[in-house]
Amino acid sequence: MAYTVTTQTPASRIAAILGALAIVVLVALPFFAGRGTIQDMFFILTMLVLAQFWNLLAGYGGLVSIGQQAFVGVGAYALFGTVILWGLDPVPSILLAGVAALVIAVPTAFFAFRLNGAYFAIGTWVIAEVVRLLVAQWKTLGGGTGTSLPRDATRDMWFVEIIEETLGVRSAAARDILAYWLALILALATIGGVYWLLRTRRGLALAAVRDNTEAAKSVGVDAGRMKWIVFLTSAFGTGLAGGLIYMQKARISPDAAFSVTDWTAYVIFIVVIGGIGTVEGPIIGVLVFFALQSLLADFGSWYLMTLGVLAIVIMLVAPRGLWGLLSERTGLHLFPIRRRLTGGKLTASEE
Amino acid sequence: MSILSLKNVSKSFGALTVTDDASFDVPQGQALGIIGPNGAGKSTLFNLITGNIRSDQGNIHFQGRDVTKVSAMERCLTGIGRSFQIPQPFEKLTVYENLLVAATHGRNLSERDVRDDCADVLERTELIKRANVPAGQLSLLERKRLELSRAMATQPKLLLLDEIAGGLTEGECQALIRTIQDIHAQGVTIIWIEHVLHALTSVVERLLVLDFGKVIGLGDPDEIMASKEVQEIYLGIEV
Repeated sequence: MAYTVTTQTPASRIAAILGALAIVVLVALPFFAGRGTIQDMFFILTMLVLAQFWNLLAGYGGLVSIGQQAFVGVGAYALFGTVILWGLDPVPSILLAGVAALVIAVPTAFFAFRLNGAYFAIGTWVIAEVVRLLVAQWKTLGGGTGTSLPRDATRDMWFVEIIEETLGVRSAAARDILAYWLALILALATIGGVYWLLRTRRGLALAAVRDNTEAAKSVGVDAGRMKWIVFLTSAFGTGLAGGLIYMQKARISPDAAFSVTDWTAYVIFIVVIGGIGTVEGPIIGVLVFFALQSLLADFGSWYLMTLGVLAIVIMLVAPRGLWGLLSERTGLHLFPIRRRLTGGKLTASEE
Repeated sequence: MSILSLKNVSKSFGALTVTDDASFDVPQGQALGIIGPNGAGKSTLFNLITGNIRSDQGNIHFQGRDVTKVSAMERCLTGIGRSFQIPQPFEKLTVYENLLVAATHGRNLSERDVRDDCADVLERTELIKRANVPAGQLSLLERKRLELSRAMATQPKLLLLDEIAGGLTEGECQALIRTIQDIHAQGVTIIWIEHVLHALTSVVERLLVLDFGKVIGLGDPDEIMASKEVQEIYLGIEV
């Protein structure tokens, strides 16, 4: 009897239906949710995008970077630069934010790929700090104190007028809704793209390189090229997110845009507690992170300490994160990538 | 015609010379055994042939092409497959996925095209029942079989086997010998490092003896095993 390969599971089919419903609800959200909810959802979606790209880098590529804030910052400053200096509309400038991050990623990778493990992590952080210090010298964009997007640029932004008229909201709320929808598109494209990649033979190669680089090379995997693909893809996506986040904030400074806490430490927390090396992990992680932030917002520095303690506890009790724990217990996979061989001699007594 | 040819290949790690001016040819379709005491540089010789490490001096030709400076990845694509002495599975991938990586990348084909070939290899190495188990959960024995299976999945013209019979029971060893004889019968050139001599001599047509990185004997297995030099150095017998 012939062999077949499946990746789908009954749970994943149900998940696909629920996922489609969730997408419909998320797209329609601005029609019935208030401005506060939209802003919260914008935060969740953009953090989710950053988390998915860090997970791709560290969880699948084995490249533990703590310098992703370089790409958030460069993306954000690229957006401000094109709007303020070239007079471009902020919406298309988001794409240029991604391109700018990609351009910076090439020399970054050139230096950082000479380092391994902890040295790579520190190296990426140092490079991010260097970029922050360089950007702080850029006087036309406010130097060390930063700058704001010009009022007419944000007011006349693409799509804002249509949203104002259709939903009957003020200009500021319409801008938030636009940013939310863009974040939703970015998040869906990111999750879809990562999932697609993992299901191709490139995804297999990525997992092989992560598990054992020398053995991967010996079976014909181009390990070097896989690292480049992952690093550049992550930089591009992180740059897009950076541009979008600061388009919504409309105010930038080097210390905020290149913050290691906001754009890398929180992101690592999300991925680690959710479950590194899974598509589901960052989704769970970002929800937990948002819940904690809402609960502990009034407690100042206790908030950060709680996050730290929680991260340590989860690493000890569930090294594969909350999703890892759950899927280990239940065998549940919402985004299945495991190729299961069935049929042939496996029919009679499958394990 | 020789499929593999080494000319004056040397490699040192610091002051330690691990491969010392090695020169030999392997004819197309032959099975060559490599023996030598621990630390003789057998695995290093493999790493030099597969490109996992680069030689300091000398030249390595594969199928008439100089591959001395070619990467391990490209050497695999030209037809050199290997197993590792200490099994190096992709632990989080299943047994089947381990083979998929090798077959899709080593032969540059799509997953669909190699599915049946991978299943066939798993049947031949008796790992088929474990196809959907993550490689990290395999026993040592199964890991060794996976090493062989993964190397076979790239459909190499030259297959390098590094101590895959060690630690097997007699029955398992016989099964392994049959599998290797089967591969050999299909015309695959084999170089096999092995301490289990009876397994080795039941497959190979020629033996190479390595000591302190030097090739000290090469020829008919019976003659090599009977030579005084080999018995003294390799078997530690005073003759």
